[in-house]
Amino acid sequence: MITDKVLMKGNEAFAEAAIRGGARLYFGYPITPQSEVPEYMSRELPKHGGCFVQAESELGAINMAYGAGSAGGTVFISSSSPGIALMQEGMSFLCSAEVPLLAMNVSRGGPGIGGIQPAQADYYQVTRGGGNGDYKIPVFAPASIQEAVDMLYAGTDMAQYWRNPIMILADGMIGQMMEPVRLPEFKPVLAPHEIAGKRDWACTGYADRGGDQNRRVVKSLRMQPEKLEEHVEKLFRKYAQMEKELAKYETENLKGAEVVFVAFGTTARICREACEILAAQGVKAGLIRPISLWPFPDKAFDEIDFGTTKAVISAELSMGQMITDVKLALNGRLPVYLAHRTGGMVPTTPEVAARAKAVLEGLK
Amino acid sequence: MRRMTVIAGHYGSGKTELAVSLAMELAQGSQREYPRLAIVDLDVANPYFRSRERMDLLEAHGVAVYGDTFHSTGATAELPALTAALRAPLEDEGCRTIVDLGGNDAGARVLRQFGKYFEGNDHELWAVVNFRRYETLTLETAREHVEAIQNELQIRVTGLVNNTHLLRETTAGIIREGYEKARALSEAMNIPLLFTCYPAGIVQPEELEGISPLRPLGLYMRPAYLDK
Repeated sequence: MITDKVLMKGNEAFAEAAIRGGARLYFGYPITPQSEVPEYMSRELPKHGGCFVQAESELGAINMAYGAGSAGGTVFISSSSPGIALMQEGMSFLCSAEVPLLAMNVSRGGPGIGGIQPAQADYYQVTRGGGNGDYKIPVFAPASIQEAVDMLYAGTDMAQYWRNPIMILADGMIGQMMEPVRLPEFKPVLAPHEIAGKRDWACTGYADRGGDQNRRVVKSLRMQPEKLEEHVEKLFRKYAQMEKELAKYETENLKGAEVVFVAFGTTARICREACEILAAQGVKAGLIRPISLWPFPDKAFDEIDFGTTKAVISAELSMGQMITDVKLALNGRLPVYLAHRTGGMVPTTPEVAARAKAVLEGLK
Repeated sequence: MRRMTVIAGHYGSGKTELAVSLAMELAQGSQREYPRLAIVDLDVANPYFRSRERMDLLEAHGVAVYGDTFHSTGATAELPALTAALRAPLEDEGCRTIVDLGGNDAGARVLRQFGKYFEGNDHELWAVVNFRRYETLTLETAREHVEAIQNELQIRVTGLVNNTHLLRETTAGIIREGYEKARALSEAMNIPLLFTCYPAGIVQPEELEGISPLRPLGLYMRPAYLDK
């Protein structure tokens, strides 16, 4: 049943979307500002025949996800910045072993234990990865609760399709705020005996395989360097395909813009209002909103009106991390500046607009 | 109106908006029954969107704000710590006090330790209901919710507030739908429906003919950029 719009808190909506998307296994440990996700899962998953386990730590949670995913389960996990940091080793293992996982980071201020207010300073952590070795994880950044719901709902299948973790990165504001959402209908879920047939790599045991005696192995240990190189190259052929298929972005008012903001998540919403303030002051400003952070949507930058645009501003809730990718995408075509607050501080729209004006002024 | 008004309800039911707007209205009103006015923010469940975030505005209008130990507008600690000072407005018979609870029965629980202040007849407990919240879409689930809060607090809910809304997507139809359900809930629980809220500037009172009393609610808590 597709519902009428209902009012939901971000974290509750994320949890419900994952359940509707087919996730039936959740392992986690509470951490602000996403604790409503495990709270919701602990209450609601059992009603759907699912299983919630509060792990002893995020290290435990990611390794439970590794095990359950290897057995063909549809797993969702969530945490916030320092908790996601603890999961990085596991992320590398899951990528190597090609185990699907839907993961969410509702990020807060850092470094260290930091604070509990919204931040985007995990950009490097999630796009570059804190785990070891060559691996990639697609990362999507919603700017509204509805967009997060849609990403999570699609994310369960996406993780299975690519046999890879998929990360949704929302800042604490998206997790804590309320918004009207339309919830999608419940996806059909595989019965345990159907998993072996549909997920033909999963370590399900022989019972449901109709006499197939082939061993299924999910592992990340490869002691022969030739074999490991071959495996990593295979992974990178998959990542190359992801780069072609998963890059996603939105642009607004690029035609004739003097200045272009690049921003994701909550910051994109602030920049949208800043564009209006600037327009009222006679300055045309546009916006590129990366929806996928890896793969980074380089193509979006080809849509900039290079005849009119004088500067690009990366707006972030960090000391400037995405700005690296913005510079790579622009490849020297325009100067790039930063508009930012960090530590859980959120810039006001007039602050962002003033920064854009100051940048343009400085270029005269 | 009694001296203390405790406002409870689901996350997102609009408790804090109602508490702040009520405090502002009392602060700006010409007749003051009590010489002092305070808002007690007992939301320790939720780190964002708490009434203490509007401390500067409230205090500028003469409303004393009691929240965490540090008397700060930002969330300063993950530890749910309250200031001992907040007993003052609960004890002070010259202080009109609005108590803004955390969401759900779990968020309301913190009031239990102050139970002795609510043994008499000097208070009212409002339950704010939004029939567009996913977990209180029906009469049955809303009833369970109000009962859970009442059981947790061991204080009788003295009035229901219909605040059925979808933020800026609220329509008169949505409010009316909620009003019908709130009336049924009021009847089923034998608790008076005190008033129906509408978002000022988004729905006009003329569109809500037949619904009374009505109360406009501003959006004090929500930054404008969230609606771009």
